[in-house]
Amino acid sequence: MIGLEWLGWLNSADDFLRVLTLRDYNTRIVVIGTGLLGAAAGVIGSFALLRKRALLGDALSHAMLPGIAVAYLLATLWGGEGKSLPLLLLGATTSGLIGTLCVLGIRHWTRLKEDAALSIVLSVFFGLGVALLGLIQQTPRGHAAGLESFIFGKASALTAQDAWLIFWGGLGCVLLVALLFKEWTLLCFDETFATSSGWPVVGLDWLLMLLIVLISVIGLQAVGLVLMIALLVIPPAAARFWTDDLRRLVLLAGLLGCFSSLCGAIVSALFPRLPSGATIVLCAGAVFGLSLLFGTRRGVIFRAWESWMLGRRIQRQHLLRAMFELGESTGQQAAPAPAALEFSQLMSMRSWSSAALQRELTRAAAAGLVVRLSAKQWRLTASGQQIAARLVHQHRLWELYLITHAEVAPSRVDRDADQIEHILTPDMIARLERLLGESQRAGSVPSSPHPIVPPVEGLGTGEAAR
Amino acid sequence: MASQSQTEAKKESVVASEPANQKIPLSVYDLTVAYQRKPVLWDVSFEIPPGSLVGVVGPNGAGKSTLLKAVLELLPRASGRIQFFGGSYAQHRHRVGYVPQRESVDWDFPVDALDVVTMGLYREIGWFRRVTRQHRERAMAALEQVGIADLAHRQISQLSGGQQQRTFLARALVQAADLYLMDEPFAAVDAATERAILEVLRQMKESGRTAIVIHHDLQTVPQYFDYVLLLNMRVVAFGPTSEVFTNENLQKTYGGRLTLLEEATHAVRQRRRPE
Repeated sequence: MIGLEWLGWLNSADDFLRVLTLRDYNTRIVVIGTGLLGAAAGVIGSFALLRKRALLGDALSHAMLPGIAVAYLLATLWGGEGKSLPLLLLGATTSGLIGTLCVLGIRHWTRLKEDAALSIVLSVFFGLGVALLGLIQQTPRGHAAGLESFIFGKASALTAQDAWLIFWGGLGCVLLVALLFKEWTLLCFDETFATSSGWPVVGLDWLLMLLIVLISVIGLQAVGLVLMIALLVIPPAAARFWTDDLRRLVLLAGLLGCFSSLCGAIVSALFPRLPSGATIVLCAGAVFGLSLLFGTRRGVIFRAWESWMLGRRIQRQHLLRAMFELGESTGQQAAPAPAALEFSQLMSMRSWSSAALQRELTRAAAAGLVVRLSAKQWRLTASGQQIAARLVHQHRLWELYLITHAEVAPSRVDRDADQIEHILTPDMIARLERLLGESQRAGSVPSSPHPIVPPVEGLGTGEAAR
Repeated sequence: MASQSQTEAKKESVVASEPANQKIPLSVYDLTVAYQRKPVLWDVSFEIPPGSLVGVVGPNGAGKSTLLKAVLELLPRASGRIQFFGGSYAQHRHRVGYVPQRESVDWDFPVDALDVVTMGLYREIGWFRRVTRQHRERAMAALEQVGIADLAHRQISQLSGGQQQRTFLARALVQAADLYLMDEPFAAVDAATERAILEVLRQMKESGRTAIVIHHDLQTVPQYFDYVLLLNMRVVAFGPTSEVFTNENLQKTYGGRLTLLEEATHAVRQRRRPE
């Protein structure tokens, strides 16, 4: 049955177009309203996340449900129209704040940890809310109240009035963040220092909490209280994969929040059976997934690629250094052309497998750094020799530095040098050269401070054993 | 108003000539601090002479960090009276700089070293105002002073432990305070950082400022500090290092911990006065 309805939807391409081009006044309101909400939530969520208040925000929004139900009951008791929005939102705010106070109280007065306090308050308040909603269902007009839409969100029901509420509320929140950017940054980074330099930390903290309450309340209709936390947390978490700068993080979180909400609202408008809270969160989730993979600062792929490249560079440098030092130890280094080196001799220079060495040699050959003379003989090219000389030079500078300046036992030097030299910057090399008085012959290679392991005789047996 | 026994010892210390610095930067009388019902500090009293470098030494759990935090009103105190430059902390807050322990913050926070140092100026900048170029230049100068100006725009998680410590120090320096309270600045830092911090302390002393430094390495105490506060829930001894940093006092402070005691004996034998 459902499948048929979907087909019906797909057939009416015109309806699709109407939504996508925002031709309807209603759709426009809904899309603009949720977009603004997403932007404001992303901005405030950045600070909520940095203050490590994500879970408290979740408990807070769940704690709003009983307030909504009580407000409805009170309104109907006094004979008014039950579903008066300002009253419902006031109820939500009040019980959300009570819930927050309960969390803070439990944490302060008992020995329970924060996660326990949060779980208790979240579930008890939500349970109470669900029970009250059940009661409301029994009342004569309860069915039509539509309070459930506060749980999962129903953006399509947004009116122009609601959109204005979101607009002014969101604008107020964003302006406050702009005003108190510096103060909240300090609060989130180092509360102790903020206190010691005289900032009213408790007040700043409460103001931030209040803002989280406010944004959750104005998001109730579009996203719903169960999923509101996602709109606060996911955009800044996703933005963190792209930047290390707080200003950019906040801006980007606003943009990502706006984008996810827009997409979610449009999808929800296309498929009216899907609650908008769910579609918005799913869009935010997709944005997060993409950021996690492709983010340029902390994205998984970027990091993997970086460490893979570093690995490649280290392998290459090991090979070149081994070839140079081998040539040096056989006394042929001074010859105009680098010496031909036996594969088996190279094997003994480091603890690498023959397959790895072979692969590295092939790669270096492709880069024009080494040439293959025969099946088992390789030689550095002129450019390879030049690079290798520079690498060995750096390596030994670093070793010398460690010995003379850091009181490291010479036997341990080689390994440390290995790990650090691959990330030496030209600036550091210049400093090392100055330190060690090597500057007069920048290209020269100082002699190694420790004996280079000589090629082991009878390596063939060793290889056979392997 | 100053207690006589401690001011007598002051003759030896180099006191800067400016009258502003003549006032006792920090005096603590009968300070008692308790966590829940367990007392951590008992009747702690001392007066820090102006222009001195004071090392606070004691075993783990002796209440060293608690002392600094209680003095700065970061922790509630059960009893006691504390004066900064002869007045209250609220009056003289701007003259007091604090360097917390490095582990006290999340270094993954999305700011760079310069941003952190600028935080030392936030109070001076005031509510709602933006950080201007002049502020950033002053922060840069502070980073220069601790020798990591080239790392100003590096995200703080990419700094080494020593560089993070120096960032914290720069944040305190930029406040241009007259009294500095430092919580283990020398803990787990590299040699370059140790030198940089020492140089900063030396400059402070030269300009008549005062620093109170929690320190864990007994060997270097006589070298670094001209006053020492031996603490183990109570003040075991306080005074010029040459008089107070004795084997007997150390034994009282550290109790029966033999290895530490040996270290201390060694340190006392090798005692050298700075300059």
